[in-house]
Amino acid sequence: MHKSVRLSLVVIAVSMGCRSSPPATVSGAPISLQGAGATFPYPLYSKWVAEYQKRDPRVRINYQSIGSGGGIRQITERTVDFGASDAPMNDDELGRAPAKLIHVPTALGAVVVTYNLPGVSGLKLSAELIAAVFLGEISSWADPMIAAANPGLKLPAGPLMVTYRSDGSGTTAVFTEYLAKVSPAWKEKVGSGKSVKFPVGLGAKGNEGVAGQIKATPGSLGYVELAYAKQAGLAFALVQNRAKAFVAPSVDSVKAAAAAVADTIPDDLRVSIVDPPGADAYPIASFTYILAYAAQPDAVKGKALAQFLWWAIHDGQLLAPGLDYAPLPAALALRIEAKLKLLEANGAPLL
Amino acid sequence: MDAYRRRKVIDVGARAACVAATLLAVVPLVSVLAYVVVRGAAGLSWSFFTALPQPVGEAGGGVANAILGSLQLVGIACVLGVPVGVLAGIYLAEYGRGRFATAVRYAADVMSGIPSIAVGIFVYTLLVLSMRHFSALAGGVALAVLMLPTVTRTTEELLKLVPDSLREAGLALGVPRWRVVLKVVLRTGAPGIATGIMLAVARAAGETAPLLFTAFNNRFWSASLVEPIASLPVQIFTYAVSPYEEWHRQAWAAALVLVVLVLLMNAGARVLTRARGRSR
Amino acid sequence: MQRPNALDLRRALTPSASFWAWTGTEANLGDRLFHGAAALCAFGVVAALAGMGVEMIRASLSSIERFGLGFVTEVTWDPVRELFGAAPFIFGTIVSSLLALAIAVPVAVGVAIFLAELAPAWLRTPASFVVELLAAIPSVVYGLWGVFVLAPWLRDTVQPALAAALGFLPFFGGPARGFGMLAGGLILAIMILPTIASVSRDVMVAVPTSYREAALALGATRFETVQVAVLPHAKAGIVGAVILGLGRALGETMAVTMVIGNRAEISASLFAPAATLASVIANEYAEATSDLYLAALSELGLMLFAVTLILNIGARLLVGKVGRAAPGVRGG
Repeated sequence: MHKSVRLSLVVIAVSMGCRSSPPATVSGAPISLQGAGATFPYPLYSKWVAEYQKRDPRVRINYQSIGSGGGIRQITERTVDFGASDAPMNDDELGRAPAKLIHVPTALGAVVVTYNLPGVSGLKLSAELIAAVFLGEISSWADPMIAAANPGLKLPAGPLMVTYRSDGSGTTAVFTEYLAKVSPAWKEKVGSGKSVKFPVGLGAKGNEGVAGQIKATPGSLGYVELAYAKQAGLAFALVQNRAKAFVAPSVDSVKAAAAAVADTIPDDLRVSIVDPPGADAYPIASFTYILAYAAQPDAVKGKALAQFLWWAIHDGQLLAPGLDYAPLPAALALRIEAKLKLLEANGAPLL
Repeated sequence: MDAYRRRKVIDVGARAACVAATLLAVVPLVSVLAYVVVRGAAGLSWSFFTALPQPVGEAGGGVANAILGSLQLVGIACVLGVPVGVLAGIYLAEYGRGRFATAVRYAADVMSGIPSIAVGIFVYTLLVLSMRHFSALAGGVALAVLMLPTVTRTTEELLKLVPDSLREAGLALGVPRWRVVLKVVLRTGAPGIATGIMLAVARAAGETAPLLFTAFNNRFWSASLVEPIASLPVQIFTYAVSPYEEWHRQAWAAALVLVVLVLLMNAGARVLTRARGRSR
Repeated sequence: MQRPNALDLRRALTPSASFWAWTGTEANLGDRLFHGAAALCAFGVVAALAGMGVEMIRASLSSIERFGLGFVTEVTWDPVRELFGAAPFIFGTIVSSLLALAIAVPVAVGVAIFLAELAPAWLRTPASFVVELLAAIPSVVYGLWGVFVLAPWLRDTVQPALAAALGFLPFFGGPARGFGMLAGGLILAIMILPTIASVSRDVMVAVPTSYREAALALGATRFETVQVAVLPHAKAGIVGAVILGLGRALGETMAVTMVIGNRAEISASLFAPAATLASVIANEYAEATSDLYLAALSELGLMLFAVTLILNIGARLLVGKVGRAAPGVRGG
């Protein structure tokens, strides 16, 4: 077995030699950044990581989508170089962190109500309906409440089966925050958070797991980030917003949601944009954040991280719409720049 | 006559039931293998073995890093687990008397039944939290802990089969005891011990649960002990629960690779045992 | 040696250890170093096991202090309100394992009888070989198969049929979604079957041939021979095999996590999603945000650890009685 280790090290060395022949401008030892957290932005982040490595082959960013809860937990334990979460950390969680963490918004996404009903698309759901479904009050697709909201649709008679996230999830936090805001019954019985006790349904791990579960089970319904539903070819519902309009989740309707709250974003950039005013705004949207320590323990890694984040909120934004994420509002990008300039290592700024 | 016929009927019925049970048992097992082979073969390609994973939703890419990562993890586990296990086995066979040896034997036996996820928790609190990193080392330690009891007990059992006359011969030549053990006793038992190690490695190579929060996962190659590392089982798990066809295809292909690896090691170990048995 | 047991006997019969004692070899420095190193490694085995126990107790302390014994009976698992109870997972673990045993044991014993007593000689070795290879297939591969083959089949074929025939029973109520307790129990049954079958076969083979010959000479049929000559002597070993299988089922993680539906709820219906001790740890351990949450998960791990520890000791005592070292069996 010693042999196999040696062999594998050789193979790695060779393969990296082929892969990372760096351009003349960039040289030096490879820098590995470890990140973990939200599954919500994972399609975007995995694209970013691949693109950024083309730009700067030294920097290898290993982002693992384990859920926002995991991102917060692991950055708090300092087992990763950066965390990621859709739901900003609350004061309690920030208090548990060993040092000052900053929230860097990277993009916006929509939490969509996705379903697997062969032949049915364009389902319309009101806030009350969504709450009723997830509270377990509606358990059949033939329920008159659904039919009333969707006069033109031919709905099957089978059972309606709910799927939710079994792991600590920012997507769950955003979704339940929305439900708690629009449904007093939900607020009282379930509440909101990264992992709540859902009254009905079946749990799956990650946005990937929920989408996979729904794709595998006709008659099921759940909530995932828009990119997952799109990439998996799943149908998703139009949701009624505060202005009583049924809005499809899209880059534009999420942008509209962000615009509606743009003036109220606090200094630490932690903000919720669920159930915004505005006729075009999709009601279940969220910023997604990267979490990093303001004082980076390692200057080299810290610099690489700061540069990556800088790239992400500028050039990286151009990749967002193609993957169904909304880019950051321009005004906010300026404020994030200022935040990134706070990053330092051993007292020296990193940017 | 009636009683005789009844006995006859019961006999035939019971034997038929046993045959039926065997056939029934074979169905799901054949199904598992057939699906892995058929679906897995369909997902195999050159890039599957040579390329890194693509960003989510993009076609192509492979699991080369996971294949290598699995080999690295198993390698680390062997480097850590085999010497300790073999030496512990030597202790039990050559020195092992009294309460301490009994305790060691008991611990090894009992440990082989501890769920691997519990080992994962142990290594997480012990290594990941203190080193502040998910790491290949932590994953390797978890697998080593899982291998340890098998290696220990196999070594012990095999060394006990070595006849005392060999030990006497060595000592009579004035060789110190420790050299007799290493050069004569251990060498005689080596093929059998190798079999045991192979079986333990095969088992470790397929472990998923303890790697989830020790070795974690990595999109890239990693040659470092203190960085997260990809592995085939974790990759299969991640891909299997996803909604993407491409990933499902790769999950089956990865499962085929893993099963072939594991079964080869198992079959190899058994052939080794049998060949040795015949030559005696 | 007041209470001789299997292990003491084995130790007494160990030739090599007594051999060294008898030679009374004077230890030189090399010998002492080697002895020390070997003893240290042997101690490492005990230390690893003890360390596991200690670490897990330490990690679960705050949960033990907070919830006490109520942890076992509390049915709520609500991370938002920081209310943690293990009952749904204990229920899920026990029910899925018992379901697996109910399905696997009769079949496995049938297989073992077939392989040990009935099969033609040319079939025995390859068949046993296959059974043992199947025990080696990694759990995550069974899980993959469960997700794409077993669960859809249950959803489209088995569950509708069960619901139509026995739907009046609470065990077969609710929507058929494939994933759930039934899928978890079935996949466990498939996974532990080779283990139980191969260990049972071994203990049957270990029964002396003269017993069979005696029965046959008295005019017993083949099955009666098995009944009166083989099974009574193999009984303890088979029970041991079943307990080993149970141990594996209790701790099995990946395959179950992938098909059981992951829901912390006690439901009478086998169609309903459930969760086990191992599956909830796999799902939530890396993600638990609060310390109490993590401690509660660790306590679940501790319970799993303790139960499998006890079971393995029991099984080994039983299997040891028929003079055979049991193979290591674990879930993963």
